Amino acid sequence: MRRIINLRPSSGSAALLAALPFFLLLIAYLLGSSARLAENPEDKLLPAFSKIGAAIQQYAIDPDPRSGEILLWADTAASLARLAWGLAISAVIGLTFGIVTGIIPYARAGLSPFIAALSLIPPLAILPILFIVFGLGELSKVVLIVIGIAPFLVRDLALRTAELPAEQIIKAQTLGASSWQLTLRVVLPQLLPRLLDSLRLSLGSAWLFLIAAEAIAAENGLGYRIFLIRRYLAMDVILPYVLWITLIAFAMDYLLRTVTRTAFPWYAGAGK
Amino acid sequence: MTTLSIRHLYKEYGEQVVLENVNLEVKDNEFITIVGASGCGKTTFLRMLLGEEEPSRGTFLIDGTPLPNEPGPDRGIVFQRYSVFPHLTVLGNVLLGLELAAATLTGRLFGAQRRAALDQARDMLDSVGLSEAQDKYPHMLSGGMQQRLSIAQSVIKNPKVLLLDEPFAALDPGLSADMHKLILKLWERHKMNIFMITHDLKEGFELGTRLLVFDKVRLDPQAPGRFGATITYDIPLGVTGKKLFDELTTTTQRTERFVDHLAPA
Repeated sequence: MRRIINLRPSSGSAALLAALPFFLLLIAYLLGSSARLAENPEDKLLPAFSKIGAAIQQYAIDPDPRSGEILLWADTAASLARLAWGLAISAVIGLTFGIVTGIIPYARAGLSPFIAALSLIPPLAILPILFIVFGLGELSKVVLIVIGIAPFLVRDLALRTAELPAEQIIKAQTLGASSWQLTLRVVLPQLLPRLLDSLRLSLGSAWLFLIAAEAIAAENGLGYRIFLIRRYLAMDVILPYVLWITLIAFAMDYLLRTVTRTAFPWYAGAGK
Repeated sequence: MTTLSIRHLYKEYGEQVVLENVNLEVKDNEFITIVGASGCGKTTFLRMLLGEEEPSRGTFLIDGTPLPNEPGPDRGIVFQRYSVFPHLTVLGNVLLGLELAAATLTGRLFGAQRRAALDQARDMLDSVGLSEAQDKYPHMLSGGMQQRLSIAQSVIKNPKVLLLDEPFAALDPGLSADMHKLILKLWERHKMNIFMITHDLKEGFELGTRLLVFDKVRLDPQAPGRFGATITYDIPLGVTGKKLFDELTTTTQRTERFVDHLAPA
């Protein structure tokens, strides 16, 4: 008998194995749901698929009778806009300060401890301050995402900058590069794929901050909707919304990975 | 026409003396190989030539003026590894030096200027035998090809001095002969001064016009950092024999053992 660490599934059985936990979860849900519904047909905790289907019809296909909008799409658009702004602004901040503190010793001495201290502030703890300062509109939500992930991006990209081999930096100087040219032609292009990697890592936190901000004060958005209908124990709406958010998060991760691979063909092999 | 003049050069880090009383006059177009035990200041000497380190005492003149205290385009460098840019193609790596010189703000060339620079870069690649690989990225090249690329990248800037820090140490032994031919060809064509550090005494003998040995004259086990290394042999090449080779092997091994013995486990 071979050791279990040496037994490898074929690609077909790997796919089956991958599907298995999802399938088991589905079965467990169906069993639990029908058992609870048999006892109490009004049960709201594990709604039947027919009920969920009706909720999807109501939220994702039919326009809302009051606003005339299709709620799921309106919520998705609002949330994605906030997320995109938050991520874009954080990326610019991360790249700028990461490179500057990574490559200029005086900037590192002056800014690194400050950024390290900033990154320790729990962003949710200052959410009230953001609402007071920036109001309850879009701005405070975007700012929360930026405050939540920008310090991480700055520190991560500063590390990535410092990790570039010293040989490269010296070589560029012997080719006549000024500090500016060195940044533009040697450091920045090598940090772009690393930025996408860091963004992928911070997507989870970005969603967390987005949903938290929407839950507390908003008029639309995926997080707002979930917390609104929580009052009615409307699991038939909450569950599809959570699935939808998960799907979007997966798609964003996949997109960033694909862009990294196709736009920077040198990156995968550059570790050599 | 480039000359270097080094007089009474010392390099100390606190109590630790790395180099002591180094004196050297270099004429134009010399090919100097540097050998010595590890820990004998070869790399420190090279870093001073680069402008990465400043002498503690003494003078270090290039063409009669003090050496700049940072790296610059008059002194090219090829390290053992990591000295090509992974995000640029082979052609882009060679082009970079020309672009940096001509475009201060963008670091990029366009139109006719770019075409002229591309022609020059392609000629350079041709002379190091990398024309076929011009569109590849460095990670797709073998170690030997990467080193040839790094050499081409530096030589296209026509530096006064080319520094080679054990450039062939990580390569298969079979490749060295080809690399030696290449570097000699470039040295003759571009009329530069070459300083090459090598661990391989045989390589040091075969290449170049002059061999320098860095070694510690005094070995004091009680105060190993008290005495630094200096140039103990300065030999014009072409007049060497087996007896000298054996003598140098013996002395550098003696220091190597001394340094190894003292190094913390």
